[in-house]
Amino acid sequence: MRKMIEGSRAVAEAVGLCRPGVISAYPITPQTHIVEELSQMVADGDVEAEYVRVESEHSAASVCLGAVAAGSRAYSATTSQGLMLMAEVLFNIAGMRLPMVITGVNRALSAPLSIWNDHQDTLAVRDSGWLQLYAEDNQEVLDMHIQAYKISEDDRVLLPVMVCMDGFILTHTYETVDVPSQEQVDAFLPPYDPLYKLDPDDPYTLGAFAGPEIYEEVRYEIQRDAIAAKEVVKEVARDFQSAFGRWMGDVVDPYRCDDAHTIYVAMGSVIGTLKDWADMRREQGEKIGVLKLRCFRPFPIEEIRSALSHAERVVVLEKAVSVGGCGILPAEIRAALYRQPHTPPVHAAITGLGGRDITLQTLDEIETRAQAGETDFFAGLRRELLEAT
Amino acid sequence: MTAADFKYETSRGFLPGHRACAGCGQAAAVRIVMEVAGPNVVAANATGCLEVFSTPYPESAWGVPWVHSLFENAPAVASGLEAALKRQGKLDDVRVLAFGGDGATLDIGFGALSGMFERNHDVAYFCMDNEAYMNTGVQRSGSTPFGASTTTSPPGRRSFGEDRPKKDLPAIAAAHGIPYVATASISIFADLRRKVKKALETRGAKYLQVHVPCPPGWGYDEKLSIEIGKLAVDCGLYPLVEWENGEVVRVRKIKPIPVEDYLKPQRRFRHLFRGEDGKAQIAKIQELADANIKKYGLVE
Repeated sequence: MRKMIEGSRAVAEAVGLCRPGVISAYPITPQTHIVEELSQMVADGDVEAEYVRVESEHSAASVCLGAVAAGSRAYSATTSQGLMLMAEVLFNIAGMRLPMVITGVNRALSAPLSIWNDHQDTLAVRDSGWLQLYAEDNQEVLDMHIQAYKISEDDRVLLPVMVCMDGFILTHTYETVDVPSQEQVDAFLPPYDPLYKLDPDDPYTLGAFAGPEIYEEVRYEIQRDAIAAKEVVKEVARDFQSAFGRWMGDVVDPYRCDDAHTIYVAMGSVIGTLKDWADMRREQGEKIGVLKLRCFRPFPIEEIRSALSHAERVVVLEKAVSVGGCGILPAEIRAALYRQPHTPPVHAAITGLGGRDITLQTLDEIETRAQAGETDFFAGLRRELLEAT
Repeated sequence: MTAADFKYETSRGFLPGHRACAGCGQAAAVRIVMEVAGPNVVAANATGCLEVFSTPYPESAWGVPWVHSLFENAPAVASGLEAALKRQGKLDDVRVLAFGGDGATLDIGFGALSGMFERNHDVAYFCMDNEAYMNTGVQRSGSTPFGASTTTSPPGRRSFGEDRPKKDLPAIAAAHGIPYVATASISIFADLRRKVKKALETRGAKYLQVHVPCPPGWGYDEKLSIEIGKLAVDCGLYPLVEWENGEVVRVRKIKPIPVEDYLKPQRRFRHLFRGEDGKAQIAKIQELADANIKKYGLVE
């Protein structure tokens, strides 16, 4: 059914359709309407879940951990500072191979305190063992949650999935989305039936400590299975297309890349702006393409190489910075192209931090500076403020 | 009795062969808890001695489903277990237990514990109180008693060891108005068993804080664990009290002995038995015991 709803509502409806047994969230640091919507759905009996109103984000993730360990499907949503507070638990959930889904609403980190969008928060937990998917618009974010449970609970994966969506730009924006029926989702996503769970009839010890003789092997298996999960992400995207008739890419989604001279790589909602901008520049005869990175973990190295193999120039946009290093995504794109037959120059533009809009003018600035040969730079800076200090 | 005669069938939940130190009060207390609890339980365990000595991969001393996640989140993990079992309709038969040491419980997991109490999850939380961070080398916790020497509250030219009394977590737990709170001691088995049984028969959040002497951490001969624990109760420093719905309902009466009798056998209080200044500190400890005796009416 097509509905005109807010992004947060779209997520809440998708999560409800996935029939979680336990939902746990903390309202601040900061939150979105997602958990408010889910609270109402539980209060009205539309979603039959235990909603555990915890005292911190750390406990929200921990409640979910316990719920999955006991054999229930679990969900939480968080963002920014809350995600940082959860970080310890996130590593633990992945290490224990407990499948679940969290919406990582992308917002900046303090200091300075900011509630606005960038990608610093979810990129800070990129090494946690969670698979990370980034959505371009609210239809994709809705669909991605349904896919995420299917990926996470696959016996070949058994790793948690974080669905990342841009704070405000998506969460607070009303768009028309197609909300599938419960029957459709039930047919696509069977009830959670874990291989192992905490059950007195068949007792397991979960979370034993590992000495040097075994720890590395456990971590190796997580890495092996996370990398192999790429095929599951692709398979689930294809299955989703068959079941629901929608396709927004699997691990990447190239736009006008085939004949492109310059390819812009980015994640999240800025892809929409980039596509419009690329269309406009193409009208002026510039062959620009856009590579949407939909799956950041596992990092789809072969698909990126393939998409960029004919480009003369690559520009990576990133709404985060590894302070003292360079952009996170640009570094990984450069590594992906290392020792390839054709290695185009990779320009890294850091922009859109703390809610700074990335406008067509910002993209023009980036293109001009990339053409001039700048490799690593902040775009859209208000230079008058910097000079004033 | 020899080791071969030892009957452990009564505690299939917590089996021998784990790696606790000789004389470990905590291991003995957990055995009693699991004997009373039986097999129909699911347990969450905070990081700490108990977790480490009972589950070095690929070994496990647990005959019941058991999960360890992190240091500070056992109450939240147990809340999640309870919520899931409730949703699955299993909570009538299965009891949820949680275990944590005093550091996990009073310090780093305090917020999570308060949350679990306030939401009144049907979980029995057992704090194994050995009064310092023993697993990591005897560092001071919020439960370390006044005057005790630990590796981070050492006596020195300007110090007599820990300078603050224990955090009164049982009273804080009771202030949440949860159905049942009790203190117990490994040294008084029947009382401990009764309180575990009471906790498991009560629905809602329960807090049981068990005093468990630690031979290496406290510094005494390992065969004395039970005796040392009993001295703590008898001198009034570890009052055995039960609260229901926030009110004190029962206390275990004592015939008080001087606190010196409890302090003297332990290395952690040895520095108090040197000189006049030490005597003044012991007098302060006696005042703490006397205050407990008065507050809870421990003497007939």
